[in-house]
Formats: sequence, structure tokens, C-alpha cells
Amino acid sequence: MSGRIEILYFAGLREQLALEHESFELADNIDNMADLLNALRARGERWCDVLAADRPLMMAVNQQMSTPGTAIKAGDEVALFPPVTGG
Amino acid sequence: MTTDIRVQAGDFDAGKVIDSIRQGRTDIGAIACFVGLVRDLPDKRLLHMTLEHYPAMTEQALREIAEHANERWHLQHVSVIHRYGELKPSDQIVLVSVAAEHRRAAFESCEFIMDYLKTGAPFWKKETTEYGSHWVEARATDTESRRRWEKD
Repeated sequence: MSGRIEILYFAGLREQLALEHESFELADNIDNMADLLNALRARGERWCDVLAADRPLMMAVNQQMSTPGTAIKAGDEVALFPPVTGG
Repeated sequence: MTTDIRVQAGDFDAGKVIDSIRQGRTDIGAIACFVGLVRDLPDKRLLHMTLEHYPAMTEQALREIAEHANERWHLQHVSVIHRYGELKPSDQIVLVSVAAEHRRAAFESCEFIMDYLKTGAPFWKKETTEYGSHWVEARATDTESRRRWEKD
């Protein structure tokens, strides 16, 4: 599925990646959040470390909490963040 | 159920929130209210706590939690006010107030909403001391508290 999505990064994740948000072009082989995470990890060592599979990570698609299996498509807003600590 | 969900930087007055829930109604039997505060560090060295949030998502996430509670208990009203920005020790962070006909629904749903808010509302806390700042880590006990509702 191709087209662009908006990716937002919050809290510690934003600091570690030094990036608040970006417009990301979806390659044809990216259908869900797991595919997206793999594509981001492929960017290099820092991305691979910060988004490592054994690190706690939460995510949202179009402002709804989601999981790696959640499908994504062009035009979506996706957010990646550490486990929440509100309240 | 009516709701009043607010995400704001400014402080709130729990008494005024309760008054506004009661206003013009005679059908409410119980109002339960929880207020979460900024607690100092054991060595009393917290300079401030900063709350970051995901603006486009927070209000809707809190509203869905309130609606989830209403599916489980019959509620008359839910108010949730959550602050963001820079707060000091003893400052108020969050208010959850629930109105119901009887106390059991009010007490239990108030706790339910807090347990779901702690694990599902997109806020992140950062603590600052004279030595610098660090992000607060999520607690396993919060996840357990939420899971407890899923078993019942």
C-alpha cells in the first residue's frame, strides 16, 4: 500500500530519535504497524536500538490505541510512544 | 450519562465540579471523586513535573474510558479533568468524578476510570530535580490494576 502517512513521536522516544514528527512514504509492502516498525528499524543503529522489539512501546493509529497488527494506509496519522504515565 | 471531559493546563476546583454535577438535578444519590496530585520525591527534591500529552488523542481517549465505565455500571455523569504542562509538588494533576444513583457504582467506576486512564490515556510525566530530568517509567502495578477489571 503506497502513499504518505504522518508519524508522531512522543516523550522519551522523541528525545532519543531527535524527531517530533515526519511525513513517511509507505512502500508497497507496508500494510500494518509491524511492517512500519521494521521499515523504521532498517534506517540504522539508533532506530534499531530505540525501537527494538524487546523495548516497551505503545502506538496509536488515527488517535486510537493500536497494536503491531493494526493495518495502516495512506493518509493515516500514526504515533509511537513509551508506555503512558498519566493520571 | 452526561460527560465533562477536559484536558487543560490550568488548575481545577473539585468542589465546583461537584456543584456543577449536582446543579439542577435531583436524581443523583452518590458522587465519588478522585483527585491525583504531584507527590514529591522521597528526598523532597522534585523541582517540577512536566506532563506531555498527545493533543489530538487525549480527550477522545478519556471520553472512551468514561463510556466504557458506563457500559459496566449505570452512571449518570462522569467528569474527567487532566492537566498538562509544568506542575509542582502538591499540585493537582487529575480529577475523576462520577455520579450514580447508588454508592457502589460511583466508587467502583471511579476506580475503574483511573485504572484505565493510567494505562490508556496518552500522557507522559517527566520529573526534574537539580540533577536534571528523567521520564517516569510506567508501572507493572498499573497494568495489573487495569487487568483486574478484565477478569471480573
